[in-house]
Amino acid sequence: MTREPILQVKGISKSFGGVLALSAMDLEVYPGDILGIIGPNGSGKTTLVNVITGFVTADRGNVIFKGKDITNWKPHKIADMGLTRTFQVMRPYFSLPAFKNLIVPLFSPRARRTGGWRGGGKLGSRDTVAVDILEEIGFERDSYVPYKTASSLPTGYLKRLELARCLALRPDIILCDEVFSGLSMSEMASMVPLMERLQMEGITLVMVEHRLRELFRLANRVMVLNFGCKIAEGTSDEVMEHKEVKEAYFGSEEGVAGYV
Amino acid sequence: MSAEHRDRRKERLDRGIKVRTDGVYAISSWKEITYLLAPRVLLIGGLLLAPLILSPFPYWQRVISIIAIYALLAIGFDFLANFVGLVSLGGGFYIGVGAYIAALLNSELGLPPMWTIPAATFFGAGICTALFLPCLPLRGVYFAIVSLMYPLLAARLIEAFDLFGGTDGILGVSGFSSPWTERYLLITSVLVAAFALRRLINAADVGLVFRGVKDNDQAVRASGINITTYKALGVFIASALGCLGGACLSHIYMWAGLSQFALDFSIIPIAATVVGGGGTLIGPVLGCLILVPISEVLRDFGTLRIAVYAIILTGFIVFKSEGIMLYATRKYQQFERWVEI
Repeated sequence: MTREPILQVKGISKSFGGVLALSAMDLEVYPGDILGIIGPNGSGKTTLVNVITGFVTADRGNVIFKGKDITNWKPHKIADMGLTRTFQVMRPYFSLPAFKNLIVPLFSPRARRTGGWRGGGKLGSRDTVAVDILEEIGFERDSYVPYKTASSLPTGYLKRLELARCLALRPDIILCDEVFSGLSMSEMASMVPLMERLQMEGITLVMVEHRLRELFRLANRVMVLNFGCKIAEGTSDEVMEHKEVKEAYFGSEEGVAGYV
Repeated sequence: MSAEHRDRRKERLDRGIKVRTDGVYAISSWKEITYLLAPRVLLIGGLLLAPLILSPFPYWQRVISIIAIYALLAIGFDFLANFVGLVSLGGGFYIGVGAYIAALLNSELGLPPMWTIPAATFFGAGICTALFLPCLPLRGVYFAIVSLMYPLLAARLIEAFDLFGGTDGILGVSGFSSPWTERYLLITSVLVAAFALRRLINAADVGLVFRGVKDNDQAVRASGINITTYKALGVFIASALGCLGGACLSHIYMWAGLSQFALDFSIIPIAATVVGGGGTLIGPVLGCLILVPISEVLRDFGTLRIAVYAIILTGFIVFKSEGIMLYATRKYQQFERWVEI
């Protein structure tokens, strides 16, 4: 491949006490791609996101972003470089109106430099920029949704609010930790085109997911984890044909036979 | 059996005048303007007039100054606890640092209070912030425990190494040129601190970052903002208020000593915040206006004061945990009625 990867993970290992959450994990993400990461519960997907974004320190290995070694940097410095993340359990500021939630990221040094998503390098009035970003990702301004308190919003909007917090920084990459989980079918149906639009805007996406159908529509490449190891990588069809992947999700035939 | 009681419930509604004064139309009539201004004028005017009204009682005029010092600490505590998320028991340390710096500048360099007080406020806050810096990653009760250690440790160090006059303290600090300077400096400081911080929290964007650090520090870090910077800034503001109080205290008593690291300065502001209502910044001032005079009246009973304090605190936590300020605001803005279900 001629393109340079924008994000590279080399041999990352992390253990919590005696549990090996990640062992010698490798990962490459190319600009403009959507990389899907799937795996059973406890396979290390969220830990991988936490390690890349600096929320958890790695025991071994390197994370390289835009040619710079950012292993174990502080989370705010990594976000300042343009590597952002959403949280699986949404973390809005519940007591504030939705658009006021975005004032915090818009106050960050990176947003001041870049002007936020589509800000064109200039940051206008933070309130206006915040409402603009929210409207772009599906908070209907006419229906007063951007002005509602975050605690009164349903999950679908809170997941979008997580994305909006990343977009306010005008990111290069967003690591999405299960943006589809907990959404209704219709909410999911409207989330897919949104992710496609972000890709068209030139934002690289890494999506950790359990919803395979939606993920396979979006992702160029899929990586499967199990017990902290990468067991398969490739296009969605290749991955689903993989023997180990089937075993990880459905259990091995020998194992079942053994118990019976 | 009261069938009526089962069929009705209490309903709270905004008063008409509260709704009318929400928007810009509030300035269209004197009635609305009065409604908006009355509580503020009552507080500001009351505090400013208190020394004049109490002029026949010099002892109680002095109490006003002490109330103001505790109020500064309580505002700082409320700000740190409810808007930055740090429960700080370091009040005694702020007062002690401010008092010792002002006393040293005055007795060693001969600077007048006009210079020692601002210098003690800023340098003292700088010293406090630098010393608290290693503890800032701690959260919740862990920060509280460590911050309580500072005043205790400082007092023991001064005692053990005989620093700054040791147990005798620094004597011969010059007093204020006039008692009126002392009173009005402190009262205006309290008012400015309370209203300026309220404005910072409610109207400025940086206030939202502070509230974000309290609500959800991980999300703030994910937004590319260094939370340690903002926590340090919060500690600087709170300790500046405490050091200001401490500097004034050393000039009032014309002495700086170990008792200025006393735990009273750490504990009473918390009690005042609980009584007055946390998260309001005005509530702690009201709390001090109630608790400090009670403490003065009970001075003759010695340590029995603590028992009375405990009863008052327990009463408030059990019966009115929201505090005076929030309770009064609700009564002022809303009315209650029974509705049939």
